[in-house]
Amino acid sequence: MISPATKPFAITLDEGSSRANHTGSWRTRRPEMTARLSPCDDACPAGEDVQGWLALAEEGEYRAAWERLVQHNPLPAVMGRACYHPCENACNRRHIDQAVSIHAVERFLGDLALREKWSAPAPLSPTGKRVLVVGAGPSGLAAAYHLALRGHAVTIREALPRAGGMMRYGIPTYRLPRDVVDAEIGRILDVGVTLECNSPVEDIVGAIEGGGFSACFAAVGAHLANRVQIPTSDAARIVDALDLLRDVEGGDPPRIGRRVAVVGGGNTALDAARTAKRLGADEATIIYRRTRAHMPAHALEVQEAVEEGIQMRWLRATARFDPGKLVVERMEVDTQGHVHGTGDFETVEADTLVLAIGQNVDLSIFEGIAGVHVTDRVIEVDSRMMTGHAGLFAGGDMVPSERTIAVAVGHGEKAARNVDAYLRGETWAPPPRPEIAAFEHINPWYYSEAERTVQPALDLARRQRTFAEVQGGLTADNALFEARRCLSCGNCFECDNCYGVCPDNAVIKLGPGKGFRIDLDFCKGCGLCEAECPCGAIRMVPEAL
Amino acid sequence: MLRQIEGSRAMAETIALCRPEVICAYPITPQTHIVEALSEIVRAGRLSPCEFINVESEFAALSVAIGASAAGARAYTATSSQGLLFMAEAVYNAGGLGLPIVMTLGNRAIGAPINIWNDHSDAMSMRDAGWIQLFAKDNQEASDLHVQAFRLAEALSCPVMVCVDGFILTHAVERVDLLSQEAVDGFLPRYEPVQTLDPLAPVTIGAMVGPEAFAEVRWLAHDKQLRALAMVPEISAAFAAAFGRDAGGLLRPYRCEDAETVVVAMGSVNGTIEDVVDEMRASGVAIGSVDLCTFRPFPAEAIRAALGGKKRVVVVEKNLALGMGGVLASDVRMALRGENLGVHTVIAGLGGRAITRAALGRVFAAAHAGALEELHMLDLDWTLVTREIARASQSRRSGPAALNLLRDAGPSMRRIA
Amino acid sequence: MSQRVKYYQTGTLTVGNRLLDDASRTVQASIDRSNALTSGHRACQGCGEALGARWVLDAAMRATGGQLIAVNATGCLEVFTTPYPESAWQLPWIHSLFANAPAVATGVAAAMRAKGKAVRVVAQGGDGGTTDIGFGCLSGMFERNDDVLYVCYDNEAYMNTGVQRSSATPPGARTATTPAVGPSPGNEFGQGKSVPLIAMAHGIPYVATASVADLHDLEAKVIRAMSMHGARYIHVHVPCPLGWGTASDATLRVARLAVACGLFPLFEAENGVLTGSTVIRNRQPVEAYLRSQQRFAHLFSGPSADPERVAKLQAIADRNVARFHLLQPEEHS
Repeated sequence: MISPATKPFAITLDEGSSRANHTGSWRTRRPEMTARLSPCDDACPAGEDVQGWLALAEEGEYRAAWERLVQHNPLPAVMGRACYHPCENACNRRHIDQAVSIHAVERFLGDLALREKWSAPAPLSPTGKRVLVVGAGPSGLAAAYHLALRGHAVTIREALPRAGGMMRYGIPTYRLPRDVVDAEIGRILDVGVTLECNSPVEDIVGAIEGGGFSACFAAVGAHLANRVQIPTSDAARIVDALDLLRDVEGGDPPRIGRRVAVVGGGNTALDAARTAKRLGADEATIIYRRTRAHMPAHALEVQEAVEEGIQMRWLRATARFDPGKLVVERMEVDTQGHVHGTGDFETVEADTLVLAIGQNVDLSIFEGIAGVHVTDRVIEVDSRMMTGHAGLFAGGDMVPSERTIAVAVGHGEKAARNVDAYLRGETWAPPPRPEIAAFEHINPWYYSEAERTVQPALDLARRQRTFAEVQGGLTADNALFEARRCLSCGNCFECDNCYGVCPDNAVIKLGPGKGFRIDLDFCKGCGLCEAECPCGAIRMVPEAL
Repeated sequence: MLRQIEGSRAMAETIALCRPEVICAYPITPQTHIVEALSEIVRAGRLSPCEFINVESEFAALSVAIGASAAGARAYTATSSQGLLFMAEAVYNAGGLGLPIVMTLGNRAIGAPINIWNDHSDAMSMRDAGWIQLFAKDNQEASDLHVQAFRLAEALSCPVMVCVDGFILTHAVERVDLLSQEAVDGFLPRYEPVQTLDPLAPVTIGAMVGPEAFAEVRWLAHDKQLRALAMVPEISAAFAAAFGRDAGGLLRPYRCEDAETVVVAMGSVNGTIEDVVDEMRASGVAIGSVDLCTFRPFPAEAIRAALGGKKRVVVVEKNLALGMGGVLASDVRMALRGENLGVHTVIAGLGGRAITRAALGRVFAAAHAGALEELHMLDLDWTLVTREIARASQSRRSGPAALNLLRDAGPSMRRIA
Repeated sequence: MSQRVKYYQTGTLTVGNRLLDDASRTVQASIDRSNALTSGHRACQGCGEALGARWVLDAAMRATGGQLIAVNATGCLEVFTTPYPESAWQLPWIHSLFANAPAVATGVAAAMRAKGKAVRVVAQGGDGGTTDIGFGCLSGMFERNDDVLYVCYDNEAYMNTGVQRSSATPPGARTATTPAVGPSPGNEFGQGKSVPLIAMAHGIPYVATASVADLHDLEAKVIRAMSMHGARYIHVHVPCPLGWGTASDATLRVARLAVACGLFPLFEAENGVLTGSTVIRNRQPVEAYLRSQQRFAHLFSGPSADPERVAKLQAIADRNVARFHLLQPEEHS
């Protein structure tokens, strides 16, 4: 053993004595552990913390993941089927191989919750305030859910026989089974929401005051089919797509014949065509004025429709419909992208013509309400989702918006927060959004290649004969795999890279679940931690000199 | 135990008794028989535990010893001349780190020109490196000094070089009294390092020391050498007490009590010198000699004590510092500053040239008569060098000096008068 | 409790990995790692050698249960870790000279053997101390099969003294003694000097190349080496931001490019025979690697820009790819 007295002066040093030299003084910039906003979170109109619940799902913590999810979106099993996943379009993983199949994991969690009968979060204690929700579509249901969670007494008045809006009366069952819709609606009602069906509201202001409501959220959707005048004869069978779908839902499908032509290029047109096939039509043809590139319908829908044998006629405009015969004019696109008729006509055999050329809001119930303004056939609202009439909020397809279920649900939550604030005499300020974790913040080298899981699909034969769900769900194994493809953009997942790559041993590992701290006594500001953080959760900032 | 034995062999047997744990060696004339004998001893299992490592150069040899010593093992190596220079960096390193390595230096001349015979130029080249340098007078002392060297090195944490004249001692067969293992075990305690590489108590050895502390480190190393001045006589006395014979020490005066002229020298030449002193004493000349056993640290006080009050000193040394003169003589002169006596430098035996009693007798007589120049080259062929100097001054390109000298010397080598 | 690391699973390349138990994770991920080279040292920001040395020694400490002594040659690593009075080492460590680390390590190992102690020895030095001035001692240690793991940290020049050329400097590179001036700027295009191959020619039990580009690979090799006895050699590629002209945060990215283009092949050999190589994940042209560093800038711009020299470097990389089987079998043409 060496005693300090005998150790040769200066030649021999104590181990670790360099820690007296605080090399942190060298820095001109320093790392900050930060959290950036993952692009999926940013893109989700329903405001879900996608990265957050994916992270829990990766660990197999499905219940915790689901609970995180339903903090914002009460309809995950529906959303995982019907949402067109803008989150996936924003997913950084698409730059490596393919986007994470977020919707499939969401659906898995939603279905698991239904199977396991997990209950929604418990509401806060009653506020004594009453709120009226008009319309039991996704927007109204989401608003009701969030308001009820905050302790308010909510009543929904729905004009149709059952709740669900477009979830029930618009999207066919082969895309969205009704038991799923029923179960998720039921869970929202169980929070403490009163639902009155077959109860249309004609006088909103009267309904509010008469019912002792302190505020109202209107979300009546856009259920009126857009009409266009087509030269025709009395015997010709022309049907609105919305009516067709609603009648199928009601269990009373109309007779459509063997050949059906559907005019329109949106999802509703495809829904109608694919429904027609399932009702027994031999042929279903989409008649669209422009090209496939212009079709507003989602690419997946188009693909599935084509697989099912739906025919597409692009650049065709309807000219005249007589029983059995649809005359269309061939269109062409000029150099500026405008579509013009060519003067050439052709005939398509069709027993029924289905019109799917747009949906409008029933504005009649808003006429005469002071402060409520209409622009472009939708109701204007401010940043609080409130109309010009104090206490009357609106959202979903009836306000200016992209008309998707996710947007509707997002409106519901946003409106609920604002209503809640309004009821307390306050305003709600949304928290500032952090910087988005773009792909340039990701260090892709650290993620192994792993291709996206493909969901099983119903075989074509059954798809054409039944309304059974076309897209299957993920099993637990591949849901876990899929969730684990998430890069965790902008959010530290304790990969230990910063801790491992610091040449100065200046990152302190605080322990499992506790993250890391920079030891500023020794950090020289080299930036290796930032460069090698796979997910962009470290940012170098200038040091005060 | 008395043995008629080659000097190298006697040393090897004695070194083995000191229980070195790591021996590493690279061969160079005239040290080879020492390490060969040690390899036999280790292979035969007579020295265990001991790792005998054949290295690829002298630099590696001392480096292995440095590593072994720093890790707490008793380490030994041997070299000569060119090999010492090749390990020069490591010699300074071992000195600076204070590692108690013992090394035998089979004194041999340094080239160019290459020369395998004995002189002290190799030891002189490393005199400032922080090693203790001891010189053996005969093969008995050559063996005995190694035992003392290990004890001295480990007590001080300082490396020790035992200098033995190449061929004269290494290859001579003499009667030597070899010690027993018990005797050596009783004299040489187990090695307890001052610092060591040990996972139980990790330290960092070999730091970079800047201007703020370097001078202090060097002074401490100097001070350590000065402490050896007391320790060397102590150990020599303990040796005498244990084994009944004198060996080592700082210096040994011979017939100096009433001498006017005193000769000072190191190593085996002291045997010849004492013979000449006896002859001259028989003729009534007041002459004596001092065998300087410890050259580093330089025992200035002991020299003053031995030579103070004498008339003149003749330093016989086997080394010529080019451009300067005598090295030992300069150290002696410095030790005697203020004393009123003359110091003569006699350079003898370079490159193994024989030092005869006759030649020494002439030189001592001249010195005693006050007729010796301050710097005298013993038995130098002045005719030859004068001619060579003249030739070189006439033409710029006159060929290599050494070649010319040999040519002039003729087919037969220089005869010994 | 195993750490709740939220992480992508199979084939993870980061320091930590949630699906492996603690014992199978990298040593660097562990909160209990030795930190044999700790904070407060004076290496430049982003120094690849400081990082590589901690990685190697922590792995060796783990493999030996802390029974380890390190011997260090003169160079950057020694100088920036031990200026009196500060030492950044947390294990027994000795610095002797520039050229003798292998021999000193031999001595330490011999002492341990003589004393019957199971303490292991690692010697380390830079490319200058290993491929040039220390080459003789290294060869001697190999030939004797002394029980030493020698690790060379190769930043391809004498960095400590100011970026002078060594025999490990790649062709074309600018150094202070092969400046980018004149008709043939940068280092000469010679036949190179591969110490790993020379080590293999000595037939020693284990030779490997590694890089700070791949921690898992490096640790596995150190641990494998420490499972054996006898002379072992690992050659680690470590970028030097100052000498190579790279940003301090680019160290690992540049190291990855060196591996990905084939100029620094990762392989292992035992007893002189190649036993395996690490396949390149995503092959890059050498140009991508060369352009990432200032020391090669003269190959691309200025009066001496020369695509032929770049092509020669590509040829070297191609030879490495073939010789060391650096691509998946179906990727070889």
